[in-house]
Amino acid sequence: MTNQSSGPLLSLKGLTKAYPGVVANDTVSFDIGEGEVHALLGENGAGKSTLVKMIYGLVKPDSGVMELRGTPYAPAEPRQARADGIAMVFQHFSLFDALNVAENIALGMENPPAMRDLAARIREVSETYGLPLDPYRTVGDLSAGERQRVEIIRCLLQDPKLLIMDEPTSVLTPQEVEILFQTLQKLRSEGTSILYISHKLEEIRTLCDHATILRLGKNVGECVPSETSARDMAEMMVGSALQTPERSGREFGDVAMDISGLSVPSPSAFGTALKNVHMTVRKGEILGIGGVAGNGQDELLGVLSGETLTEADAVKLHGQPIGKIGPTDRRAMGVLAAPEERLGHAAAPEMSLTENAMLTGSVRENLEKNGFLNWGAAQGFAEKIIEAFDVRTPGPENAARSLSGGNLQKFVIGREVLQNPDVLVVNQPTWGVDAAAAAAIRQSLLDLAAKGCAVICISQDLDELMEIADSFAALNEGRLSAPRPTQGLTVDEIGLMMGGAHGMEVAHV
Amino acid sequence: MIVLEKRPQPSRVWSLATPLVAVLATMIAGGMLFALLGKNPIEAISTIFWEPLFGEFAFYYRPQLLVKGAPLILIAIGLSLGFRAGIWNIGAEGQYIMGAICGAGAGLAFYPLDAFYIFPIMVIAGALGGWIWAMIPAFLKVKFGTNEILVSLMLVYVAEQMLASVSLGLLKNPEGFGFPGSRNLQSYDSAHNAELIAGTGMHWGVVAAFVAVIFAYVLLNRHMLGFHIRLTGEAPRAAKFAGVKPARLILFCLGMSGALAGLAGLFEVSGPAGQISIDFNVGYGFTAIIVAFLGRLHPVGILLAGLLMALTYIGGEIAQGSLGLPAAAIQVFQGMLLFFLLALDLLTNFRIAIRKSEVA
Amino acid sequence: MDLSAINPVLLIASLMVAATPILLAAIGELVVEKAGVLNLGVEGMMIVGAIAGFAITVESGSPFFGFIAAAVAGAILSLLFVVLTQVAQANQVASGLALTLFGLGLSALMGQGYVGIKPPATPKLDIPVLSDLPVVGPILFSHDLVLYLGIALTAAVWAALKYTRMGLILRAVGENHDAAHALGYKVVRIRTLAIMFGGACAGLGGAYISLIRVPQWTEGMTAGVGWIALALVVFASWKPWRALLGAYLFGGVTVVQLNLQAAGVAIPVEYLAMSPYLITILVLVILSADKSSAPAALGRNFHASR
Repeated sequence: MTNQSSGPLLSLKGLTKAYPGVVANDTVSFDIGEGEVHALLGENGAGKSTLVKMIYGLVKPDSGVMELRGTPYAPAEPRQARADGIAMVFQHFSLFDALNVAENIALGMENPPAMRDLAARIREVSETYGLPLDPYRTVGDLSAGERQRVEIIRCLLQDPKLLIMDEPTSVLTPQEVEILFQTLQKLRSEGTSILYISHKLEEIRTLCDHATILRLGKNVGECVPSETSARDMAEMMVGSALQTPERSGREFGDVAMDISGLSVPSPSAFGTALKNVHMTVRKGEILGIGGVAGNGQDELLGVLSGETLTEADAVKLHGQPIGKIGPTDRRAMGVLAAPEERLGHAAAPEMSLTENAMLTGSVRENLEKNGFLNWGAAQGFAEKIIEAFDVRTPGPENAARSLSGGNLQKFVIGREVLQNPDVLVVNQPTWGVDAAAAAAIRQSLLDLAAKGCAVICISQDLDELMEIADSFAALNEGRLSAPRPTQGLTVDEIGLMMGGAHGMEVAHV
Repeated sequence: MIVLEKRPQPSRVWSLATPLVAVLATMIAGGMLFALLGKNPIEAISTIFWEPLFGEFAFYYRPQLLVKGAPLILIAIGLSLGFRAGIWNIGAEGQYIMGAICGAGAGLAFYPLDAFYIFPIMVIAGALGGWIWAMIPAFLKVKFGTNEILVSLMLVYVAEQMLASVSLGLLKNPEGFGFPGSRNLQSYDSAHNAELIAGTGMHWGVVAAFVAVIFAYVLLNRHMLGFHIRLTGEAPRAAKFAGVKPARLILFCLGMSGALAGLAGLFEVSGPAGQISIDFNVGYGFTAIIVAFLGRLHPVGILLAGLLMALTYIGGEIAQGSLGLPAAAIQVFQGMLLFFLLALDLLTNFRIAIRKSEVA
Repeated sequence: MDLSAINPVLLIASLMVAATPILLAAIGELVVEKAGVLNLGVEGMMIVGAIAGFAITVESGSPFFGFIAAAVAGAILSLLFVVLTQVAQANQVASGLALTLFGLGLSALMGQGYVGIKPPATPKLDIPVLSDLPVVGPILFSHDLVLYLGIALTAAVWAALKYTRMGLILRAVGENHDAAHALGYKVVRIRTLAIMFGGACAGLGGAYISLIRVPQWTEGMTAGVGWIALALVVFASWKPWRALLGAYLFGGVTVVQLNLQAAGVAIPVEYLAMSPYLITILVLVILSADKSSAPAALGRNFHASR
């Protein structure tokens, strides 16, 4: 539409923000042009989130200035940012499960019209952009992709000049990603600028006009993604050459874990019930389970770890029914698990690493006797994990929450891997972890499989699954597709296993 | 401007220092309150904290410290187990009453028989009485998900009516000239919880309180069950992942705190109080909540906090007599202590920092 | 035993009076819980409101000022809870208990000079003709104004939660405080206002007991009404009209058992007196199966980190 050559839409000059012990952003400067899709690229912890929070008025910079179309821009709060035409689609935390779509959208607007009018506008805008949505549905019942639509439409209703999107594709199937990209391209053609945050390089190469790369809080370079190779961008992002995990040829043994006809209701209010799940994992095999968030991943892990009990026959270990056996006894039998949520599920945030080592290690590492605890041994086990998995911490007496996400993840995975499991179940093993640590974690899973352990890796990162898994299945609304060998699978096939486009349609461009 | 920064991990120094700072702050605020009531604040504070320990009649008051402290400690230890796990039994007052009724009832059933086994039977009956009363909210919570806070509290009012009922009926002293209240157990040797060493205040309840402190310490620090209790309080989901069965924990924690509160009631009725009467309970079950928090839910801390709270009771009574300080003022004083403690607890988990930015 | 002494019209009229303190406190707490805060200090705020209202009424001779003072006192006391939970990030359960224990002590201290005094009567509605109608008159048109205020408040809270933006924001904060914060809503400020509203309502409810329902001052006179109000919020599934229904139910139980006591029924007084508490437990058990309508962030503290 309008492509003003007068200057950039938003320009950031020397933005700095420090938190105790860490400089999140260090004199970051760059411009976002009018009608441009600008990528903000960086590893987890590179300072992308802090930067966009400053643009959106959630965080105040310590120093530095911003200019919006040449005039100083310093939003004191998100309300002001929205009034100035900045809208944001969050990765987490911004929807209200118990409220309906229209109410959720009204909350993100300054002067929402009456509910009935708003509902009509939601219908209208959502159809225009190919993102159909019923304004009266309760958000808690929507799929992850649909929830994202709510956020996008909330932004679009305000006719934003700049739309900020934080890791939008992490909750979408490949088909849904395609549709999202078409929506974004349509917006761009209408003159809206988009700040697109991601660490997925191929996506950025397809979509973005320009990219700024952050590393450890600093702007370390800019590039035109379509003219730069993914490898070069990755090296700018990580700062060193990457190592791909080694995958030695493995022989699969007998079936270790056998799930058949498993159906369980979800333990939580807005969770997903598992419906007639079948799968088998052999010794030495890594089974990758993909799927968009919220399609039953947590529930499946709960069933495998023993937190959720089922019919005895639904879960079999080496042919023995174990569906009615709880977590402690399953650990004794060699079934270990590492849940997705590190703080609060896999580990107790306020407790020390020693205590967290005791949490799952008590049975297999002989840390207890007749119910009495051997803290000395637990500390030894914690030290062993810290040593073997390069966990950065002053010592095992430190609280779990004092560790960075990546370090805690290494501790959690290390705690299970070092107990020599027969079957290991992990959910999102490298979520929020920097590239080097992620590589180390994947390598440890491969090594474990090489020793004959059956590994079930639940992940939303398809690249990760393609890299380490021998076979692949996908969860979609609590149903598991039939596992297929990873080799030779195409992106389209994977997308269809994940549920295709979930009823979305292509924008009427 | 002043901002709160979450500490990477809880400060050990502050976790030990907050109770002391809270006591100090309460003395200052309490002094101001006493001054407002027209009393000399320094005299009032010293009467409460100094007089019972080192004053002229300290020989009389010091044993009282154990007598008043024991039930508080016994109840608070039980409560702390549940509080640690996020299970809120606030009806200890009711369990205390039921323990006393059942214990005294069991003893009086044998009257006037003299036998060595009567007192042990009373102890068991007392613990059982408190246990059953606490198992009501526990069972309802496990079975129906009913809120244990409200149920345990409602049962306090029910227990108070029970107390009135038995004082006037079932347990009424047939030789009491129509006055409400049971026979005096102090004059029934087989049922009397007498001083073990004369002049020390030491009775079986005090022994039980010390045993409970040690038991709780070992449980929480050395045993899997105690670890699971702490884990459940810190991170319920992680506890389930570790293999904790929430229902069993609820039954254990509520049952244990009920039994200990029941024991406290039994030792009180058979010793210092002597008889079941309408005004038998004086709020130990509620004050014990303050004791539990003041002791940071730690067994040794509770031991010290219980003695401190007993001190304010005794000192308060002295101040009531010598300075005319209203009894309610002491109650306010104790309430303040809990306030300051909870507010200052902030320093354990947060750092107060001064920043130069304009608006947050 | 003489059950014929119980007049059904008077029974209903007095049931409404008995229900009003519970209703006022419950509506206040409902708003607090909708904002995601669990304040167990209702009993403490009620009893402080009871004595504050009583004292000011006696001193000023005006029940109007008394009720104002009670609301203010309840709100001020609730500010202590705000300091603990919203500023100092203290556990909400413990802080609520602290508020109740402190309030009970404080009220006893404040009320020392007021035991045994009779307060000036609160005027009642007297509409010619309407108030004199048989049956309908005493039930609908002859109460004090605060009773009508309680019903009006119920309607207002219902409408505000359902139809206004303010209500929507309040529900959003109670549902997911992180999301509300991310959208730029002031979580702490909104919760503070809700808590103070709850405090004011509890104070009014307390004063209703000491000025109208009893009317005199005795220590600990709220006798668990604040706790019953808390139970009522659960019973009502956080819906205002159901809170009204529940309050009338409890009011009915209380009045019926008092009437039975007066009529000299063969059941011992103590068992009748414990019946409201037992019925509260029973109702909690029946309704505890359905927790789906509880605000998702209920009882969880919010601290804006990064």
